Amino acid sequence: MTTRTNSLQEARLPLEFQESHETLSILGFWLFLASDVVLFSSLFAVYAVYQGRVAAGPTPLQLFSLGPVLTETILLLTSSFTCGLAIFMMRRGRTRPLVAWLVVTLLLGLGFVGMEVHEFVTDVAVWGTWHQSAFLSAFFTLVGTHGLHVSFGILWVAALVVQLLRYGLTPTTARKVYTFSLYWHFLDIIWVFIFTAVYLSGKIT
Amino acid sequence: MAQLIAKLFPSTVLRPMEIGADASILLAVLAVVYILTRYRKWGWLWREWITTVDHKKIGIMYLIAAIVMLFRGGVDALMLRTQLALPNGHFLGPEHYNEIFTTHGTIMVFFMAMPFIFALFNIAIPLMIGARDVAFPKLNAISFWLFAFAALLFNMSFVVGGSPNAGWTAYPPLTELHFNPGVGENYYLIALQITGIGSIATGINFLVTILRMRAKGMSLMKMPLFAWSALVTSSLVIFAFPALTIALALTMLDRLFGSTFFTIAHGGMPMMYVNLFWIWGHPEVYILALPAFGIFSEVVATFSRKRLFGYAAMVGSLVAITLLSYGVWVHHFFTMGAGAAVNAFFGISTMLIAIPTGVKIFNWIFTMWGGRIKTTVAMLWQLAFIPTFVVGGATGVMLAVVPGDYQFHNSYFLIAHFHNVLIGGVVFGLFSGLYYWWPKMFGYMLNERQGKWAFWFFVIGFWVTFFPQYLLGLKGMTRRIYTYPHGMGWTLLNLISTVGAYAMGIGFIILVYSVVYSWRHQERDLTGDPWDGRTLEWSLPSPAPEYNFAVLPEVTERDAWWEMKQAGKTGRIPAKDVHSIHMPRNTPMPFLLGLSFFVAGLGAVFSWWYVAVAGMMGVFIILVSGWFDYHDHHEIPAEEIRRNEAALGRLEG
Amino acid sequence: MAYHRYRWSRLLLPLTVVTTGLLASGCGKQFVVLDPQGPVARSELHLIETTAMAMGVVVLFVLVLFAVTVLKFRDRPGNRAPYIPNWSGSRRLEFVLFAIPVLIVVYIAVPTVQQTYALDRLPPTKHPLIIDVTSLDYKWLFQYPKQGVATVNYIDVPVGVPVLFELTANSPMNTFWIPQLGGMEYSMPGRVLPLYLQADKAGVYWGRSANFSGRGFVHMVFHVKAMPPAEFSRWAQGLRTTAPHMSMQDYRQLLAVGTAREESFSAYPAGTFPTATHGFTLKGGMYLEPN
Repeated sequence: MTTRTNSLQEARLPLEFQESHETLSILGFWLFLASDVVLFSSLFAVYAVYQGRVAAGPTPLQLFSLGPVLTETILLLTSSFTCGLAIFMMRRGRTRPLVAWLVVTLLLGLGFVGMEVHEFVTDVAVWGTWHQSAFLSAFFTLVGTHGLHVSFGILWVAALVVQLLRYGLTPTTARKVYTFSLYWHFLDIIWVFIFTAVYLSGKIT
Repeated sequence: MAQLIAKLFPSTVLRPMEIGADASILLAVLAVVYILTRYRKWGWLWREWITTVDHKKIGIMYLIAAIVMLFRGGVDALMLRTQLALPNGHFLGPEHYNEIFTTHGTIMVFFMAMPFIFALFNIAIPLMIGARDVAFPKLNAISFWLFAFAALLFNMSFVVGGSPNAGWTAYPPLTELHFNPGVGENYYLIALQITGIGSIATGINFLVTILRMRAKGMSLMKMPLFAWSALVTSSLVIFAFPALTIALALTMLDRLFGSTFFTIAHGGMPMMYVNLFWIWGHPEVYILALPAFGIFSEVVATFSRKRLFGYAAMVGSLVAITLLSYGVWVHHFFTMGAGAAVNAFFGISTMLIAIPTGVKIFNWIFTMWGGRIKTTVAMLWQLAFIPTFVVGGATGVMLAVVPGDYQFHNSYFLIAHFHNVLIGGVVFGLFSGLYYWWPKMFGYMLNERQGKWAFWFFVIGFWVTFFPQYLLGLKGMTRRIYTYPHGMGWTLLNLISTVGAYAMGIGFIILVYSVVYSWRHQERDLTGDPWDGRTLEWSLPSPAPEYNFAVLPEVTERDAWWEMKQAGKTGRIPAKDVHSIHMPRNTPMPFLLGLSFFVAGLGAVFSWWYVAVAGMMGVFIILVSGWFDYHDHHEIPAEEIRRNEAALGRLEG
Repeated sequence: MAYHRYRWSRLLLPLTVVTTGLLASGCGKQFVVLDPQGPVARSELHLIETTAMAMGVVVLFVLVLFAVTVLKFRDRPGNRAPYIPNWSGSRRLEFVLFAIPVLIVVYIAVPTVQQTYALDRLPPTKHPLIIDVTSLDYKWLFQYPKQGVATVNYIDVPVGVPVLFELTANSPMNTFWIPQLGGMEYSMPGRVLPLYLQADKAGVYWGRSANFSGRGFVHMVFHVKAMPPAEFSRWAQGLRTTAPHMSMQDYRQLLAVGTAREESFSAYPAGTFPTATHGFTLKGGMYLEPN
């Protein structure tokens, strides 16, 4: 089913688009992201409704401390940038810098998840579990779902690094790097929404 | 140890019926194991079916599972009707009745209708659009095994641990741990979650397949209508199922991990669940109905021997229904205090759906107008569908009238309505598709005479069952009551309804008998085109070879195969046109992934966290090792294809 | 098609009459939805009849068209009806087929919106009787805040006076439905929903829950006794003097899972029903304090 397109015009396509089979995967991955947007939208809607339903638990204002969250944000935004650099290197066919930037992305992602876990652990230690209130339940679920996505991304990029080192840059590995980058930028955008709709709005109201 | 046994076998699963079911399941499993061992079929089962990534075989597996589930859900229905046949019935107790109506609804929606639809997608769509497989064959197999293991998990609840008992809609707070201890609801939440993942993957798979893998020349507006219905259904699945995922996940977190999404004392809100559930739930109605509409559009044109009337309007109405279906969910709870403005809005948006649906009904009728209608069994289901669905749609409009709904909500009027559209629309459609594509799947025809017996029993039984239920609704009978007293005027109508249900059961048995009979005695389909069909799947031998098309077809018109036949372009394939074909390689990974999800799910159901974590570890290991699998394709040499096609008499020279 | 029109109209008229007759007469009192005893149920029935008739006409039209088509174009030897295999559309016909459902929807939508708004408002002329309704596992508790009395599983209401039911739950969701007086509304924990109903004729009507709430759901039934206002006042006065007082302990007993008979109380503890200003004031009950 895989046909390699040979015409001159199509040969100039990026590596990951050169085999029809890989372009199918890329379209499929876009559709997965669309589905994930609905998933996160539902969680955002739940959070928006539950934001004020704090019962006996802490209010958003009490719970959030913007300092560490800002650091998390910088880590994730930077990782999105380094992920972009990785794609830049891939377009030039330079495998080693590509791998290097992916490793940097991975480390930044790890830093983000580490800080988030620390934030959650501290929150629970100070304020108690999410059993306290619907607000806490919605907060941990929304932010935690994003965190789980990031963790999965870390596993994925680690496996990608190994594949690149083993198989080099082929249409298949290129497609995998490309879909990973879509995923990573997507999580970045979700985080921007979380940062504004959860943390900033919680600090304002 | 005693504690464990009490958890696995609470009193609710130690009733005679459950023990009987246990014993018969055990016997059936032993029989299957014996047969497989005796005839040395284990290797065949593993190589040809369990590890397959061929869409046609996956479709057949979906179909078998769906029919088994139809049997289970149907037996549930007969038990409910038996209990309600007479006032003060003692056949089932209240707990038992609650479990059975819950599993009846859940199984029919998630484990019967959905896989039946995916079965027909798998069997027909790639053949119809001139493709050699779906876009992601391995993912397709994963979807199937997730569904299959989820179905297994859900059905286990009947005999181990206890069944869910809060209705198929599972509204909190009734599903919260406090009101619903025990593991029954966990089965519901986790099994649905697992099969839901598979459904989203199927949606993505078929959307990409249809958008990108059509035969050369087949523009979107030249696609068969069934492909169109699969396209819009897939998009509905992709965008609707995540809402269900969240609704189920929040309930699961509440039950298993102590969050408080739906506990009032901590600020929770049961209405949140109701909204999320129906934001998925109403599109789900169309996820079930639109494929049936697609099937009818193929069947009516084929057996009227005429072009489909108003193709563009048919496509437009499919798309319109798809879009509208996202904007009507509140009509499932007009009586939850949304206020006049909201209710009026959703009442009208619901009525608007009647417009494209009405257009479709008229177009089917005008497809027959000026044709030559052959009343095969497939066409009979279509002919029964039109009046049935029109009545169901009309009562649907009556329910959309908000003040009317205040009287109809949750009464038997509602029950009659949605069975009217879900059986009259969906199940009739699936049976029509079953008879229509059966020869393509298995290479032999189903017996028409027996099929007609099954048809009449089922359709007459359907009306006898559900028409009285409209009247019961007007007499104030509400859904989900396990018994009722004398003197309400409900007795006779309930009795009639029960008789009808048994007639439907007889129809189903005849159908299954007919399948077995036809396998032994019915004529083989050697032409590949037994109905004088119009679309590309009928250009292939029955059953189609692994690679479907030896040479990919080119399309210039709608009803591509019909036009080729008209133009006399149906000759044999020149040997020089046959090249080697890359096909996906079989893999055990989807089966193992499903198994791991099953283990993880079972662990979560019983809160055995070591088991659950082990299962999830399995999932990750299999996923990651899948990433390193770079040899998932193999090549069928041109010579082998030529030999095969020559044997089928389809090669030139 | 033109020559069929005469036959259709001949068929249509008697069938419509019969259908309407069936719906209107109600075939006896047991068709509770068709036997309204108050203005709310009556206007709901009126709308149901309007839509049923419109839908009846549509269904009949489609069925006749369908039957004629199938009979005329069956594939049988010697069928002389025209065979037009390539006929695949007609702008004008398709427009008509589109216009028919549009008109029907407009015809139904207008009164729907009017009635939806109308039934949401209290009739402006009279002061309503307020009854606070709490659904419990598995019984109905009714409190009369003005009269100060409470009942279980039955209510008395005056004829000709609008009743404002304020609905809540201290249990999973139920719906509060008295078919002969009008449509239902949910009773939900954590919320209070209003429902206006009125009885025009003295009599006993039954009510029940239509939303499944667990094991004893089938027992969520109650009776409504409608009586002249003077008699109603006497009844309330009578309860105040003769019925027992509901203590906190009695209330907690009602909260426990189980069924109950019809009961009457001369008074009930304050704070057992949430008010608009206070929300749930009572920290108690199995739902509010789950642990």
